[in-house]
Amino acid sequence: MSTTVSATTGSPAGEHPAGEPPPARKATWRDRLGRWDVKYSPYLYVAPFFVIFGVVGLFPLLYTAYVSLFDWELIDDNPSFIGFGNYVLLMSDPQFWKVLTNTFSIFLLSAIPQVIMAVLLAALLNTRLRLPTGWRIGILMPYVASLVALGIIFANLFGPNFGLVNGIFELLGLDRVDWQANRFASHVAIAIMVNWRWTGYNALIVLAAMQAIPRELHEAAVVDGAGPVRRFFSVTLPLLRPTLIFVVVTATIGGLQIFTEPKLFDAMPGSNNGGSTNQFQTVTLFMYQSAFEREDLGYASAIAWVLFVIIILVALINFMLTRRIASTGEGRR
Amino acid sequence: MRHQRSRVLGLISFTAAAALVLAACGGDSGGEQSADGTIELTISTFGEFGYDDLYAEYERLHPNIKITPHTTGQGGPYHEALFTKLGAGSGLDDVTAVEEGHMSDVLAKSSRFNDLAEIGPAGVTPDRWLDWKYEAGRDKDGKLIGYGTDIGPLAMCYRKDLFEAAGLPSDPEGVKKLFESWDSYFAAGDQFVKGSGGVAWFDSASQIFNAMQNQLPTGYFDRQDNLVVESNPGIKKNWDQVTAAVERGQSAGLVAFSNEWNSGFKGSSFATKTCPSWMLGVIEEQAGPEHSGQWAVSGVFPGGGGNWGGSYLTVPTQSEHPKEAAELAAWLTEPEQQIKAFKAKGAFPSQVEALESPEMAEATNDYFGGVRDGELFVEQAHKVGSAQYKGPGDGKIQENAASPALQAVEQGRSPEEGWQQLVNGAQQIAR
Repeated sequence: MSTTVSATTGSPAGEHPAGEPPPARKATWRDRLGRWDVKYSPYLYVAPFFVIFGVVGLFPLLYTAYVSLFDWELIDDNPSFIGFGNYVLLMSDPQFWKVLTNTFSIFLLSAIPQVIMAVLLAALLNTRLRLPTGWRIGILMPYVASLVALGIIFANLFGPNFGLVNGIFELLGLDRVDWQANRFASHVAIAIMVNWRWTGYNALIVLAAMQAIPRELHEAAVVDGAGPVRRFFSVTLPLLRPTLIFVVVTATIGGLQIFTEPKLFDAMPGSNNGGSTNQFQTVTLFMYQSAFEREDLGYASAIAWVLFVIIILVALINFMLTRRIASTGEGRR
Repeated sequence: MRHQRSRVLGLISFTAAAALVLAACGGDSGGEQSADGTIELTISTFGEFGYDDLYAEYERLHPNIKITPHTTGQGGPYHEALFTKLGAGSGLDDVTAVEEGHMSDVLAKSSRFNDLAEIGPAGVTPDRWLDWKYEAGRDKDGKLIGYGTDIGPLAMCYRKDLFEAAGLPSDPEGVKKLFESWDSYFAAGDQFVKGSGGVAWFDSASQIFNAMQNQLPTGYFDRQDNLVVESNPGIKKNWDQVTAAVERGQSAGLVAFSNEWNSGFKGSSFATKTCPSWMLGVIEEQAGPEHSGQWAVSGVFPGGGGNWGGSYLTVPTQSEHPKEAAELAAWLTEPEQQIKAFKAKGAFPSQVEALESPEMAEATNDYFGGVRDGELFVEQAHKVGSAQYKGPGDGKIQENAASPALQAVEQGRSPEEGWQQLVNGAQQIAR
């Protein structure tokens, strides 16, 4: 950037050696403006992001931490300071542990199949297909559909009495499943919703990374006698590592914040309970319930912060795991 | 050179754009009264109040008023937003409708609402409304927080054809005996389930329990706002009766207003339904023309009568034109206007004079076999006893503690475990 500017400030390069100010001439307004431009304008250009991040990202984050130290009702003129009281209460709240288990169960049921299927789908799409764009758009379609519409449709499909899935089960001679009442079944149903939406999106990202792998590497492997499976594990996967890390980290962040799916899955319209006994309530849904239904903002803020810390921890663990799995595979790291 | 100038220009335009955005953000406050003296009043309602034509009429009568209505489809999100805005201290409309179930929470924050007895027009007297409706709009200190709009007096709807198939009487006189009391209702349920071949007696346990709960003199709190779920024997008695019926297979286990519940009407999954006046329209829509004439409605309701639904119009202290807002609310809740709302959208009036009007007496319902439903529900409205005292959080306990606990029992939990869930949930909400 500085080279462009010095070329346009108008001083012939030969007259003044670099770094030495022009001896006799007093710095004009224009010169000073030019210098400021060089020095400060880069900061100015990146400032909007940081200003906006500060206002809508950092400030709420810190303010939430502040609120979590109070017994703060939604409509409260004098919130009282209780220190870490909300956190202590939270740690002894059986509902919190239940919803945390639910969240991890749904997260594992969705994230693991999702990433594996995304990589496999990408590998398929990377072969020679007719109409490649058509297929690629095809797998992205669920992502384009509205999440709410999706939730409503899936909740209908998984209806215990009149749902299509149970209807098919019955046709096949299987037992009906109460997708609402059964804890594990409800997690599976919600995970299917999540996977339906996100697999294609992740597959496209992985596909882009796959296409960036130089053909020569594959050709060299073929010459060395590697079959397609061997090439996939020894060439493709290791080179996908940065992309896989990205996919896994975003899947972790998204997976631990699942909200819309369980909210819409509940048979009771508008309910935040996540089932009659919170069997599929997630942490974010519990947080929402605490804040806007029970109107306990302090408690909800404490939940938000605990979730924040958990997500960072899990993302770190995933980051390390992914590095291992997708490393070159022969012990060289 | 040009390069640099365009940069400076860019800077200036960025600053200007930012200033514009900021100005646009800040420009909304105040200034509702324009130069020519017109006052803009905002009013927010949910679902169908039947007011659409009335706004234009009011503007004709009051040329200096301009009404901007805001309508939300569903009551749940509407009230969630209402309380959020109440907490934020801004964003509420001049006239804000509140549903009866959320009234206890509004009354608990009555300092944030205007006393309509004080700022409202002098001509509005308590005898405009049914006693219990008027009383439920006042807070503990007697401040009038809301003008009553409509009500939902309870009757019992039942399927004549299913009754006959199961060997129960289905004529209006015959069913009176079945619906006389809750004991006879559940006994009839046992008899029905025996002969019905899998059809349930009622749709959902919470629909029955809520009606029973609302007939108690006080709700989940006593008048000192202590939680009495465990200490009020009436609540436990109702719980035992309903959950026992669930265990004997009387409930279809369909969550009210869910898709499955809607399908349950079409699929004839249950034979009786607690039926506030507005439920008739819901049944007609969900059961569809193929079940026309099979549903009937009885004016005998177990345990006397009851009310489910109906709203109030409030004027929050956030309003910049409280006097004008109260005037509008008072006009909308006049008997004449509520009759028009009844004709437009079927909102059942809470005003004594409106209930006595010929429009109500003449109303009939073809879907329910030509029954004179206006007359029937007017009678039900007069059967509602005194207003039940509801402490803060009462509606939430009903919706978010009792209903899920009953659903859990329907899904196979034992009544004792379910009761514990209700108690825990209520304590959490009351905390």
